[in-house]
Amino acid sequence: MFTDELGQGGIPAGGPGDSAGHHGGAGESLVQLITPGGERVSHPQYDAWVQDVSDEQLGFLYEDLVVIRRIDTEATALQRQGELGLWPPLLGQEAAQIGSARSLRDDDFVFSSYRENGVAYCRGVDLADIVKVWRGNASAGWDPYTVNMATPQIIIGAQTLHATGYAMGIQNDGADSVAITYFGDGATSEGDVNEAMVFAASFQSPVVFFCSNNHWAISEPVRLQSHIRIADRAAGFGIPSIRVDGNDVLAVMAATREALERARHGGGPTFIEAVTYRMGPHTTADDPTRYRDANELEDWAAKDPIARVKGLLERKGLLTGQFEARVAAKADAVARELRAGCITMPDPEPLDIFKHVYSTPNSWLDRQEDHYSRYLASFGDPAGAHSEEGAR
Amino acid sequence: MIKEFRLPDLGEGLTESEILSWKVAVGDTVALNQVIAEVETAKAVVELPSPFAGVITALHEQPGTVVEVGKPIVSFEVEGDDGGPSAGGPAQAETAKREPNLVGYGAIVEASGRPTRRARTFAAPAAATAAAPTGPPVAERVAERVAEPAAAPVVEPADIRAPAETAAATPGGERPRSTPPVRKLAKDLGVELTAVAGTGAGGLITREDVQNFVGGGHPAAVAVAGAAPAAGIGSVTQGERETRMPIKGVRKLTAAAMVSSAFTAPHATEFLTVDVTPTMELLARLKASRAFEGFKLTPLTLVAKALLIALRRQPSLNSRWDEANQEIVQFNYVNLGIAAATPRGLTVPNIKDADRMSLTELSTALTGLTETARAGKTSPAELSGGTISITNIGVFGIDAGTPILNPGEAAILAMGAVRRMPWEYKDEVALRQVMTLSLSFDHRLVDGEQGSRFLADIGAILADPGMVLAMV
Repeated sequence: MFTDELGQGGIPAGGPGDSAGHHGGAGESLVQLITPGGERVSHPQYDAWVQDVSDEQLGFLYEDLVVIRRIDTEATALQRQGELGLWPPLLGQEAAQIGSARSLRDDDFVFSSYRENGVAYCRGVDLADIVKVWRGNASAGWDPYTVNMATPQIIIGAQTLHATGYAMGIQNDGADSVAITYFGDGATSEGDVNEAMVFAASFQSPVVFFCSNNHWAISEPVRLQSHIRIADRAAGFGIPSIRVDGNDVLAVMAATREALERARHGGGPTFIEAVTYRMGPHTTADDPTRYRDANELEDWAAKDPIARVKGLLERKGLLTGQFEARVAAKADAVARELRAGCITMPDPEPLDIFKHVYSTPNSWLDRQEDHYSRYLASFGDPAGAHSEEGAR
Repeated sequence: MIKEFRLPDLGEGLTESEILSWKVAVGDTVALNQVIAEVETAKAVVELPSPFAGVITALHEQPGTVVEVGKPIVSFEVEGDDGGPSAGGPAQAETAKREPNLVGYGAIVEASGRPTRRARTFAAPAAATAAAPTGPPVAERVAERVAEPAAAPVVEPADIRAPAETAAATPGGERPRSTPPVRKLAKDLGVELTAVAGTGAGGLITREDVQNFVGGGHPAAVAVAGAAPAAGIGSVTQGERETRMPIKGVRKLTAAAMVSSAFTAPHATEFLTVDVTPTMELLARLKASRAFEGFKLTPLTLVAKALLIALRRQPSLNSRWDEANQEIVQFNYVNLGIAAATPRGLTVPNIKDADRMSLTELSTALTGLTETARAGKTSPAELSGGTISITNIGVFGIDAGTPILNPGEAAILAMGAVRRMPWEYKDEVALRQVMTLSLSFDHRLVDGEQGSRFLADIGAILADPGMVLAMV
C-alpha cells in the first residue's frame, strides 16, 4: 500500500482504507487512483470525477508531465550555464501541477508561488516568459490577463490573499469562475495564508487552496512545520479539505475538479493537500544534502509521478514506440524553444524600470524618470548609456 | 568557431567557486547539457552542464583551483554560432565590483573572502601609480607588460610581489574624485583614475582629463595587468625555499573555528593523571564476554561512558554561552563530539543523544562515526549540534595537551596514551597502566569547582569503575 511516512506530522501512515480515527475533513485518508506501480485502483468517491478521462487524454497528461520535467531540467541547466540567476526546480511535483492545472477552465484565475512553472506552461505562458524573471530581465514575466494567471509570487503565501480577493470579486460579478491559489506546506504557517482562509470561509468565496506539500520548507521538514496533517489545518477555518496523493495525476485531477465544482456552485472554498515531494533543491542555490536524508529521497523516487502513469499506459497497451517518440519529440522541441527564447532575450533598457509601476500616469514617477533619463544622457554617448553596463 | 564558457554565479551572489574535477578532456566531443565539470561553491557541490555542443579545445583551470565568477574556464570549437550564450549573457556580466550577498545559510565563513581577489583588482592601479609621475610613458609601460608574457611566459616573482606591495598602501587613500559618467568613460578606455591628474574644481577629474591622458593609448590595461598575479592563486606554487598552499576547504574552516573559539571563550585547562589499570582490566573482561561479542571496545569507549556518567553530576559542562540572547543554554541531552583526523583534515562529528546509549550502542556509534569520518563521508548533520567533545591524543602516543574547545561547547576532554609507569599502588611502587586526562572548559560557563569535580569524577570512574555505583 502507498504510505506516506513523513507527510502527516509524525502520525502513523494512512493510506486508502485507513480510517484510524482521524477527525476532520478528508484528512483521514489519502486519495489515490494510480499506485506507484502503475495500477489503477478504484475509489468509491473519486472515480466518478475522472471517468471521462479517455486513453488519449491520459496520453496527453503523460506528455504534459514529461514536458514540464524537461522544462525544469533545461532551466536548471541554463542556470548552471549562467543564463539564469536562479531557478526553483519542480522535479517530483509534476503530477500535482498537471493534474490541477488541466482541471481549470480558461476563465478561472491562477495565483501561484514561484514553483508552479508547470502550471504556467499549461496556462499557455510563453516559454521564454517563464524564465524572464529568473534571468533578471524583468520584474514580472507576463501580462496576467492574457492567460488568467498572475505572475508568480515570491513572498511566501501572499498570493493566497490575492486569490481570495479575486474570488470575492467573482462573487460581486456574479460569475461562475474560480480562483485557485498554489502554495507549499511551509506557507500554511504564514499569517497571509491564514487570513486568506478566514476571509474565504467567511464570505464562502469561490477559491481553491491548493497546497503542494512537498515535505520541505527549504530545510524545515513538514513534521516540524505542523503537528497535524496539513489538510487538517483547514478544519479550523471551517473549510473542507481533501488529502490527495500529489504524485498521482488522476487523483489530483479528481480532487481539483471536485473543489472547482463546489466553488462554482456556491459551495465556497476547498483546501487540497497534495502530498508530494521536492526531489531537487529548494532552488539552484540550495544544497539539500546538508539537511536531508538520502534514504528519504530514495523512498520518494519509488513514487515517481511520471513512472506510474507510464506503468498504467503500459498495462493498457498504450505505450507504443510511436507514442513515446511523439512525447520525446515534443519535450525536445519545448526545451529547444525555451533555450533559444532565453539566450536570445534582449536586455531591458534602463528606462524600462519605470514601466508597469502604475497603470495610470504618476507625476512623482514621471519626475524620477525624467531625472534618470537626463542622468543617462550625461554619459554623452547615447549608445553607451544604453549599453549592457548601463542596463545593469 | 571557438566559444568560451565563463564561470557563472552558481548561487545567489557568489563571487567564486572551486573546480573539483573535469568530466571531459581536451579533444572530447560533448553534447549540449552534458556534464563537463563538478564545481564547489560556498553553498553546494554542483555539476556544470555544457552550454554548447562541440569539441573541447581548452580547459583553462585545473581541478582544485578557486575561480572567480566570470573567468573563462573552458573553450569549445562549435559549429555555426547558435545555441550559445548571448553576448550580453549574465555569465559575462561585470563582476569585479560585485559584493558577496549570500542568501540563506553558509555565508559566514566564506564572507570573509580571500584577499587575492582584491589584490587582483588593485593590480592595475599599482602598475599605473608607479608610472604616474612620468606621465605619458604609462602607455609604453603597459605595452611592455603586454609583450612580457609572450617573451617570457614564466612570471618572475618580482612581478607578483610588486602589485601586492602597492596594493597594501592603496586602501587607506581616498578614491580619486570624479563623476559617474567620467568613471565609466575611464573604465571603458581602460584608464585607472588613480593615474590621472584632475584639473577640475577641488582636483575633480574631468572628461577632458581622461581623454588627454589617453591620447590615443591602448584600452587593454586592466585586463592584461590583472593577469599577472592570478598565476599564484589556487594551485600549489613550489618556490625554492618555501611552498605556498592556498588556504581553503577544511583547513580554512578549522582555522576559522579555532580562532573564533580561542578568542571568544576564555579557556582554562586542568590535568589529572590516573591509574586506569582497573579500567583496562574491565575492558579485557568485557571484550571476552559474550554480551560484547562483535562489538569494538576501546579505551575511548569507556572514557566516553565515564564522561557521560560524570556529566550528569556536573551539567554546567554541557552548556552553551548564547551571547546574542544573553542566556546560558544548558542541554538536557548530550551530543558527544569525537575529534577525528581525516584525509581532509580535522573534523568533530558527534553522536546524537549519546547519554541515552548503552555501552554497546555507544560502541557501535563510535565505530560508525570514526569509519565514516575516515572515509570522508561525514554528513553536515553529524558535524553540527555537538554539546561536548573528546579528543583522543593518546593514539598518537601523547600524554597531555590543552585542547581548544569546539566552538559553542563548554568543555573538551583530551585522553592521553595509556602507559605502563611506576606508580604508587597499595603503599608500594608498582608498574601500573596510567593515563593523563586534560580538560579544557569555557570559564564563562564553568567555574574551577565544577570543572575540577567533573574531571575528578571521570578519573575516579577510570581508577575504579565500581565508583559508578556511587554516582548514578
